[in-house]
Amino acid sequence: MRHRLALLGAATLVLAGSIVARATPPAEMVDISLILGDELPKSLDDFAFFADVRAQAPNAGVVPYGLNVPLYSDGAEKLRFLYVPTGQQIGANGEGLLQFPVGSALIKTFAFGEGTERRLIETRVLLHRADGWLALPYRWNEEQTEARLALAGGRLAITRPDGEEISYRIPNKNQCKECHSVDGAIVPIGPKGRNLSGEWLGEIYEAGLLDEVNDGMDMMPNWASRDTMPAAQMARAYLDVNCAHCHRPGGSASNSGLDLRLEQRDPIKIGILKRPVAAGRGSGGHEFDIAPGHPERSILVHRMGSTEPGVAMPELGKSTVDEEALEVIERWIAQMEAP
Amino acid sequence: MTRFLIGAASLALATPAWAETITVEAGEGAQERLQEALILAEPGDEIVLGVGRFMLTDGLSLDVDGVTVRGAGMDATVLDFGGQQGSGEGFLITSDDVTVRDFALENPKGDGVKSKGADNIVYYRVRVTWTDGPKASNGAYGIYPVESTGVLVDGVKVSGASDAGIYVGQSSKITVRNSIAEANVAGIEIENSRDAIVENNITTRNTGGILVFDLPDLPVMGGGNVIIRRNLVVANDEPNFAPPGNIVASVRRGTGILVMANEDVLIEGNIVTNNPTAGAMVIAYTQPFEDERYNPYARNVVIGSNVFADNGTDPQLDAAEQLLAAFGGALPPVLWDGIAEGDTGLRVAPRTGGWTLGLSEPGQDLASGSPAPLDVPEPLGDTRDDTSIGAPAALLQRIVP
Repeated sequence: MRHRLALLGAATLVLAGSIVARATPPAEMVDISLILGDELPKSLDDFAFFADVRAQAPNAGVVPYGLNVPLYSDGAEKLRFLYVPTGQQIGANGEGLLQFPVGSALIKTFAFGEGTERRLIETRVLLHRADGWLALPYRWNEEQTEARLALAGGRLAITRPDGEEISYRIPNKNQCKECHSVDGAIVPIGPKGRNLSGEWLGEIYEAGLLDEVNDGMDMMPNWASRDTMPAAQMARAYLDVNCAHCHRPGGSASNSGLDLRLEQRDPIKIGILKRPVAAGRGSGGHEFDIAPGHPERSILVHRMGSTEPGVAMPELGKSTVDEEALEVIERWIAQMEAP
Repeated sequence: MTRFLIGAASLALATPAWAETITVEAGEGAQERLQEALILAEPGDEIVLGVGRFMLTDGLSLDVDGVTVRGAGMDATVLDFGGQQGSGEGFLITSDDVTVRDFALENPKGDGVKSKGADNIVYYRVRVTWTDGPKASNGAYGIYPVESTGVLVDGVKVSGASDAGIYVGQSSKITVRNSIAEANVAGIEIENSRDAIVENNITTRNTGGILVFDLPDLPVMGGGNVIIRRNLVVANDEPNFAPPGNIVASVRRGTGILVMANEDVLIEGNIVTNNPTAGAMVIAYTQPFEDERYNPYARNVVIGSNVFADNGTDPQLDAAEQLLAAFGGALPPVLWDGIAEGDTGLRVAPRTGGWTLGLSEPGQDLASGSPAPLDVPEPLGDTRDDTSIGAPAALLQRIVP
């Protein structure tokens, strides 16, 4: 945990720097023609998102950000950045997804290890082109000198900080869409107003990057406070961030009828006493997605706790169990009154 | 990039003149080579898979409209998922107007081929096999189109699925024909779907042969208008090996054709033999539900002229021995729970034997009924226009030699 906080601290410092730099309009460094164009750039370097790509030091106009509740990806550290074309603004959308102008990009680097030992694994970019968002995965080479476009994704052996050896999956271009899709269109999923800190939103507002700060933003609790916050609040926030991009109307798992968005209030739709439809062996022999009072009888817990393809949820980006989250979810279900 | 631009400009054309054939052979790096071909394909392209065994480590996916993926035959080209480490299915399709044909998938960890929101899809001569035979640890569905309009499944073969071999869910305009479903829990399953024809298939050694039903709490509801005709539904006698919790885990071993909570279902011209519990079973949904959109009754089910023989000899039902004794050693082929919404229950052709559990309310305890010989009206004579249901003609044309 200390590590994650340290990283956030570092990000804040870089952020402050970039906003100061913004006060005097910088020369346009990022190659916006590649964001707007119709090519699939072969190297992450081509975009010039970074002044020092190895150090992940952002270029002028590229702003780091963090999330109150992050999406779990095998415990990888994530370095998140956004880019908005000079002179343009992000539209606030209450608690919902920020509205990024065409020409914007979201950049997320996955890494394991710390300091000089830090190994960059992949950098995923979302480019807002005139005809919609495009998701592309870039894979870092062994020498850590360059990240190359990897349309078909790939697997590589990773040793996690805790020593566990895993086979890490870099998603292919289509798999990006499995999570980033609503009604067939690609959308960002991370930067929702409700999951961004008020402090950060205030800073980019002051810097002129955001049109306003409005209601519902920063309403999700910080994941670091999961042991002290009510389990229900933490659990719903986690499910919204980690599961609801698929388990929502129009999402990849819409046919399940399960809707894990924070705004969903119908108990059956969030899984309480809901029978599975296409869970197959993922049901684990249990009758309900959530059996109130009984995490050990809940399909949700069974699938979150598995790494076996066909059982494991989420289906992608998962070689390990998010034990911290599982504990929160179990606590939440255990606290529910059994019918 | 020129081709990329041209492709983008001409999305409206079904098969652009410059459609390409992209060949992918088995061997080293098959996962990346095949996946890259699937990503870079343009509408109208055909991806041709070579003869041999493609050793895959992850699920494959296709998200480009109008692509055909063609192998050298469902015994010649095998996508082997024995080493699959991720993804919920072997092959995921999320684009429209796709044809997959002439190849096999073996041992996918989850589902075989899933197509979601993929309209006008054709599955032709695709085999999905879990090679260890029936096992609870096998994947759930073999062929799995869902949330789609326009589905043609023709000449496929699925065995070993721990849920349904061929499962069509939350879809409409469906034809499943000329296919074999063997040793699955459910052979063919049509769920929360409309306008489906299931014809000329063989279902055998499944727990249940052909299932048609509707479930609550799903985005697409109101299944019905289904014709089940000219199928061979024989010796579906596999003990149920579905993981508990799934709806099919409650299917009784030896169910030939099951209709549950569905409307306007016509069953005729089938040969239904040696199914130990029942040749055909028509029932209401049995679980409690709160979904106000849901109708738990079976409505307007017609069992026309079929060949029923040697069914009901070893029923997996409470008090089976007494029932067998009462009916003279074997139960009549048609089993109805007796639960009807008004007068819209069941019609059965004359001289087709049947019996009823004598229940009156959905969810009623089976033991509280009073079994009796079936006494329901005869069919009124089928006036159904089958040209308006089933897969669109354009899909049938796509596989004409």
